[in-house]
Amino acid sequence: MNNTKEHISQNPDPRPVIEIKDLYKSFGNLKVLNGFNLKLMEGENLVLMGKSGSGKSVMIKCLIGLMEPDSGSIEVLGNDILKLKQQELDELRTEIGFLFQGSALYDSMTVRENLEFPMRRHTNKVDLKNTDELVLEALESVGLASAIDLMPAELSGGMQRRVALARALILKPKIILYDEPTTGLDPITAKEIILLMMSIQKKYKTSSLIITHDVDCARVISNRMILLLNGINYAEGTFKELSSSKDPKVQAFFK
Amino acid sequence: MLKSSRFTKGMISFFTEVGEVTKFAGRFFREVFSLPFEFKELLRQCYNMGNRSLLLVGVTGFILGLVFTLQSRPTLLEFGAAAWMPSMVSISIVREIGPVIIALICAGRIGSGIGAELGSMRVTEQIDAMEVSGTNPFKFLVVTRILATTLMLPILVIFGDFIALLGSALVEYIKGSVSFQLYFNQVFDSLNFSDIVPATIKTFFFGFAIGLIGCYKGYNSKKGTAGVGQASNAAVVYTSMLLFVIDFIAVFISDIFYE
Repeated sequence: MNNTKEHISQNPDPRPVIEIKDLYKSFGNLKVLNGFNLKLMEGENLVLMGKSGSGKSVMIKCLIGLMEPDSGSIEVLGNDILKLKQQELDELRTEIGFLFQGSALYDSMTVRENLEFPMRRHTNKVDLKNTDELVLEALESVGLASAIDLMPAELSGGMQRRVALARALILKPKIILYDEPTTGLDPITAKEIILLMMSIQKKYKTSSLIITHDVDCARVISNRMILLLNGINYAEGTFKELSSSKDPKVQAFFK
Repeated sequence: MLKSSRFTKGMISFFTEVGEVTKFAGRFFREVFSLPFEFKELLRQCYNMGNRSLLLVGVTGFILGLVFTLQSRPTLLEFGAAAWMPSMVSISIVREIGPVIIALICAGRIGSGIGAELGSMRVTEQIDAMEVSGTNPFKFLVVTRILATTLMLPILVIFGDFIALLGSALVEYIKGSVSFQLYFNQVFDSLNFSDIVPATIKTFFFGFAIGLIGCYKGYNSKKGTAGVGQASNAAVVYTSMLLFVIDFIAVFISDIFYE
């Protein structure tokens, strides 16, 4: 697999699209995020790695407004999401695609209906006359145009992940958040998903925040990486820098 | 000491739950009148809950009418009051037995279905996915389901009552040689608006309770797949209890008007 590190370098003056400062979140006595910071630049693929239970999913849920942090600030495309009204937050969410770990396809709807669902709710962003074309285009970009009228239960895990990716893309978001995109997939399907993520990033010029345990995925796709440990960004750098680090805690991620 | 602390904990947990359900109901009333209205989803839910429950309600109502008439007949014959059968059956079924039995059947079929469906959507992150796509999942999933049960239950109860009376008329036709026409003439003579209206009004509340508890339990489901089962089970148990409480209140209020 070739890597796509060139996109960020094509942009001479990248601006941050996501900026998280001093994020704290605890559940009772359990401190999950302990002053976490993150900056995702325009066109960048930023990989966030951390042990299970280290707060990666909590962070991403705070970022999208599904969870409220105890303190800190989260700016997405220049908007402080903690200060937005519900309607403004919903509008902002159309600029963010989210690929859930378990795909989270609506199992009572067909693939077509799954993809149409966000479009029908954001008619200001999409011309409803073109829904068929847009659905087909999104499905073609993940190589699953033939599955348009199938139910999610009729698809394999890899196909479900692709459809979920197509759904995340349907409103042409500027940012895509991937929550463990290759977890639970066999190595071949995982590679296919990684290639797909790269081609989508090239085609749609998105910025991506990828949460993963998969070192191969991180190696191939990342421009930059953050290692999350004890609720803080323990180490930051490129894959090469971190994988050659002498710090045993950093090394543990790459073994 | 231990017993009293358990009792206190139980009471606190009970009142906390009642408070949470009340908040949930409050949110429903806030959201039901706000735009956008999810008409398509509401119609889909009405179809799912109404049309797909017809057979179950019909069979239950028919057997209810049959059994009730068969069981009452010997006693009425003993007192020479067999002619009162249509009046007695119709008033019992329309005022009390029909609404309560059919609501309990629907709590089992519809309430548990809602609890399981929303619970499974919660644990598989489908509700989060809906929210992330800029859709209000409460409005799309909860408001439409509660409205659908509130609107459909009265229709199901009226249908079930009619089928129950048909069952009863069949027994009278076979055993007492009473024609269907005579049976239903007596039924309509003995039923007043004061029998039908309060009984129908309370079915709206029954429907609301079924939708509310099913949605509350499913929407707030936790603990993975085990939570889905618990949500479905709890939806039926709590709804059944709530139905009896609502029935008691409804009978109490309508009794004041009778007096």
